[in-house]
Amino acid sequence: MDYSKLLNQTAVAIRPSGIRKYFDIAEKMGNVISLGVGEPDFHTPWVIRREAIRALERGKTFYTANPGLLPLRREISAYTASKTGVTYDPNGEIIVTVGGSEAIDLTVRTLVSPGDEVIIPEPSFVCYKPIVELTGGVPVIIETREEDGFKLRAEALKEKITDKTKLLILPYPNNPTGAIMTREDLEPIAKLLEGTDIIILTDEIYSELSYGVKHFSIVSLPVMRERTVYVNGFSKAFAMTGWRLGYMCGPREILTHSLKIHQFGIMSSPTVSQYAAIEALKSCEEDVANMTSEYDMRRRYLVDAFNKIGLRCFMPEGAFYVFPCIKSTGLTSDEFCERLLYSKRVAVIPGNAFGECGEGYIRVSYAYSRKHLQTAVEKIAEFLEELKNAD
Amino acid sequence: MDRLLKLLKTNARLSNAELAVMLGRSEEDIAAEIKRLEDTGVIKGYSTVFDEEIVAKDYVMAVIELKVTPKAQVGYDEIARHIASYPEVESVYLVSGGYDLSVTLRCRTLKEVSDYVAQRLATIDGVVSTTTHFFLQKYKESGIMLIAEDADERTMQ
Repeated sequence: MDYSKLLNQTAVAIRPSGIRKYFDIAEKMGNVISLGVGEPDFHTPWVIRREAIRALERGKTFYTANPGLLPLRREISAYTASKTGVTYDPNGEIIVTVGGSEAIDLTVRTLVSPGDEVIIPEPSFVCYKPIVELTGGVPVIIETREEDGFKLRAEALKEKITDKTKLLILPYPNNPTGAIMTREDLEPIAKLLEGTDIIILTDEIYSELSYGVKHFSIVSLPVMRERTVYVNGFSKAFAMTGWRLGYMCGPREILTHSLKIHQFGIMSSPTVSQYAAIEALKSCEEDVANMTSEYDMRRRYLVDAFNKIGLRCFMPEGAFYVFPCIKSTGLTSDEFCERLLYSKRVAVIPGNAFGECGEGYIRVSYAYSRKHLQTAVEKIAEFLEELKNAD
Repeated sequence: MDRLLKLLKTNARLSNAELAVMLGRSEEDIAAEIKRLEDTGVIKGYSTVFDEEIVAKDYVMAVIELKVTPKAQVGYDEIARHIASYPEVESVYLVSGGYDLSVTLRCRTLKEVSDYVAQRLATIDGVVSTTTHFFLQKYKESGIMLIAEDADERTMQ
């Protein structure tokens, strides 16, 4: 059977994630010190796990309402209001999704028709482009730069806007750079979009992991609510990746149609996870603060350590990644990662996995213990020393 | 807990320079803060958690539950202070519940523990009864795991 004739050509054309590639090699090698994961090293706070156990004990294992349990949507509404100052109606303006990923997928599929352009700042998480392409949309990339703190600028955005622009994706705090957008950074963007028909998909999955500067959402700016789909979730803030739970908030006129896609594709998000998530929003503020404080110390440690060993490193203000520049080694990102993996058994992700402009950088996750990070940095320092001596 | 103390609790050997980097403060500032914490008695000392199974096989540890009749005026303090003064005693806590003092002992042999309890503790005026529990295995101490942690099962996504 010739499968190549049967397959959807858009699916065939999708390139596999550049993150997986190194994981597969690392897994075969064994005994590798990884700095590659994109999920917290902390266990889900016990009170959340206990709620899940209780839900199981009580036999809460049926489907929930399509948009999610109403008590959870109410909590999400209150929580989002407390963080952004914007209120969403639990009935019609909130959908509980299978991770932030599904919320991104739903937003794109609800809005983007074939030929529509979707503006994506890069470097950024690997899923936006393929999802846009699957709908027949056209990804339009804006390259952000280290000198500019990897921020999206209104001037750069203005250049890319055409009469086909449907959606702008705002991936901040950013994976992989750790860049954030402050209120001052967002205001010119909002001004530019005001009066247009462009919708914003703001992916704020790392919103709770901001250091120093308090996270600010574009939806908090006047008149942005009507054109914004706000995506967040439980994975990063509450260390709940495997629970697969996120949510989207936005205008009823959009979400009514997203809900149909969710209903037919997913039915409802995991029930036990939803019960547990209610507890997360109600009572885990201190746990989140403790985890953030620990990430902050690791972040400072890593930025200092990379700069000391000769890899210039931008000080990220959010998420749990640092994005050191490796251009001084004369290697490409791929060469750097491959050689480091084979010679020192340390796995990092090449920056170009997150867009071409990530070339010359590597993504290093600090969702690891300080001891683990220290061992890895020592190995990278040895690797750099050996590179120098080989010249 | 204060972030500086939290860092020192898990690793007291971090240098002032390392602490300064992680906390985003200056080295001088950290040095002054630690001195202040030591001077005011907040920091009582620095110890090392190590695996005694490897380095010292000839030891026995036990926790002893003591029922005590508190004395007028001084309550439990006098007895507790007296017990704490023995070098074999690692910790003394006044606890709620079915008994009063929880005493952790370290000796070289089982016999030493029983002699200590029978001759020194049980004979103290005011001690009503003792119950001795020997340690069989240590899993975690001072917040540090003494057993191997679970393997990292996370994958790169």
